[in-house]
Amino acid sequence: MNDAIRVEDLGKRYRIGGMPSGYRTLRDALASSMRRLSRRDSPPSTDTIWALRHINFNVERGQVLGIVGRNGAGKSTLLKLLSRVTVPTEGKAEIYGRVGSLLEVGTGFHPELTGRENIYLNGAILGMKRAEIERKFDEIVDFAEVRKFIDTPVKRYSSGMYLRLAFGVAAHLEPEILVVDEVLAVGDAEFQRKCLGKMSDVAHEGRTVLFVSHNMSAILRLTEETIVLDKGQIVMRGPTPEAVDFYMTSEMARSGERRWEKGDDYQTNNPFHPLAIRVLDSRGRVADRVLSSEDFSVEFEYELQEELTGLRVGMYLATSRGEQVFTSFDTDNPETYERLTDRRKGHYISKCRIPRDLLNGGVFVLGVNASSFRIRSYFTDEHALTFTVDPTGAPGSQWAEPRRGPVRPALNWEITEVV
Amino acid sequence: MNQTTQSLEKQETEQLTVIRPSRGWAWIDLRELWRYRELIYFLVWRDIKVRYKQTLLGAAWAILKPFLSMVIFTVIFSGLANLDTDGAPPPVFYFSGLLPWMLFQDGVAKAGNSLVTGSSLITKVYFPRIAIPLASVLAGIVDFALAFVVLIGMMIYYGVRPTEAVWTLPLFILLALVTALGVGLWLSALNVQYRDVGYVTPFLLQAWMYASPVVYSATLIPEGWARIAYGLNPMAGVVQGFRWAILGVGEPPSGLIILSIVVAISLLISGMLYFKRMERTFADVV
Repeated sequence: MNDAIRVEDLGKRYRIGGMPSGYRTLRDALASSMRRLSRRDSPPSTDTIWALRHINFNVERGQVLGIVGRNGAGKSTLLKLLSRVTVPTEGKAEIYGRVGSLLEVGTGFHPELTGRENIYLNGAILGMKRAEIERKFDEIVDFAEVRKFIDTPVKRYSSGMYLRLAFGVAAHLEPEILVVDEVLAVGDAEFQRKCLGKMSDVAHEGRTVLFVSHNMSAILRLTEETIVLDKGQIVMRGPTPEAVDFYMTSEMARSGERRWEKGDDYQTNNPFHPLAIRVLDSRGRVADRVLSSEDFSVEFEYELQEELTGLRVGMYLATSRGEQVFTSFDTDNPETYERLTDRRKGHYISKCRIPRDLLNGGVFVLGVNASSFRIRSYFTDEHALTFTVDPTGAPGSQWAEPRRGPVRPALNWEITEVV
Repeated sequence: MNQTTQSLEKQETEQLTVIRPSRGWAWIDLRELWRYRELIYFLVWRDIKVRYKQTLLGAAWAILKPFLSMVIFTVIFSGLANLDTDGAPPPVFYFSGLLPWMLFQDGVAKAGNSLVTGSSLITKVYFPRIAIPLASVLAGIVDFALAFVVLIGMMIYYGVRPTEAVWTLPLFILLALVTALGVGLWLSALNVQYRDVGYVTPFLLQAWMYASPVVYSATLIPEGWARIAYGLNPMAGVVQGFRWAILGVGEPPSGLIILSIVVAISLLISGMLYFKRMERTFADVV
């Protein structure tokens, strides 16, 4: 028996609707009990939703498990159940060891208290003993880089200092099991880098960690195995790179084409109507899988309801792990820019040829953007479509090994023997 | 059914927590609460630290609040209405009544709101939720202690000697705290569901004050059934007993104090049961 967490058929049902504000007034309660009296046969509240259901998994001691899923998939509910913030509706979970939960940085921080006071308060709230906090105090202050301001009320802190201090306390928790939700989603790049570094230290100390994030590179860096949640169910569990690919591709259209229906809300008052984006293989067929060794195209079809000036339509290309590869617009060429930038009302296709021997194998995410520089952004969808690049025949294919990096260009090498 | 069960593993001193649905009535896990005593300490400490931050007069408010009320009561109830103060100097009479009353009143008001103002904690971290209202009630003791020093000063000034029964004083303070916690638990748990509580509490407390001998002497209450009904209000026993213990005025607590104690403990026990029952939905509803 070497499990730290064992979850059996766990489920959580929430009541929705009827109370949009989240709480009831006495009047509502009286009104609904009156309704119940008058209509005895009415079913007992159908306005419920299973945020999670039939969840089964276990986490081995010392394992760092990632949890991904789109918003509303049940990730936060799962962490709340495991950290006992809320109670399940069915099923059970067994947890061996002390759980520290980090569902938010700075829980319980009080703006009027000084940095020093907040360290003690926050530490106690997160479940640290006073002696433990005292032992860690200097480490936390050094991590947060706030020694000079340690006796200043935190309401006078910059947001960066505040976040560093808040994360610093939480990161120095020493429970056997650490449950972390999206704490890296806040703060600037420097803060995120620092937190990620600390998290990876924690992960390598042999602690059991459950880690929820939208940041795929953080998931990839910190975890080896990942669970994909969708609509309150576990749809996949596997090695992190596979799970991340699965998640990134399952989330979006895979058919090589994505269409937009008329009448979507972004179209009101918007002269730009997106119609479709497609990936076309070397023979011009719509494809969700292209060869790295052949040219392929991306085309974006749209309608202009009125003449637009300064328009540029283009794409973002990113890997499924969230690394940006490039951005390109249809009016990038300075020679044709003047002629193409003003477009009459009408139906258009902007098509871009992507040369062979450019992309490495893997799953890529296409985003689209239509805008007039510094005037207006008409349309943006950063996850419009995904497609797979097959590296067969790419430069270096004679060695059957995965190559690093999102691109795999054919470059000219010269080998000279130096005598 | 218990929400969680803790058990020690044979080989290792590692705790096993079982998370499962909980239904029905349960008792507050006092052992767990004891394990979280440091958190309660820090919550009390935070309440005290924060209470008078960014005020000009700071902790002086702990004294000024009862003091100003005492001045008003002295002018109106003793000066204008000419109510009897059992022979004690009116300022001392009112001040000594206000002390235990305000301990109760602030405790109930703060505890009643505590879960709603502490909602960010409830939805993010696990700990026994009762720690929050409990800390709110306990934090009032510091204000009480500060004002108590003033009471001693006033007694010296007016030449009122404490009685020999002064040792019973802590019992009345404890009774006030128990009552405040009982009512505070009810109100805080109700407040999570029904924000009406926030509007009702001030009226409840105002009515309760007039139902307790704060501005008048309990000797005004006629003997018989009215007295017994009066004993149902634990705060009546607290205020009357507090005055009797320290100033030696009014009647000594009769058998009715037993009734008050029973009512206070029932309030506490029922409050704990109701709180525990509602606790599992706090994070979802608040």
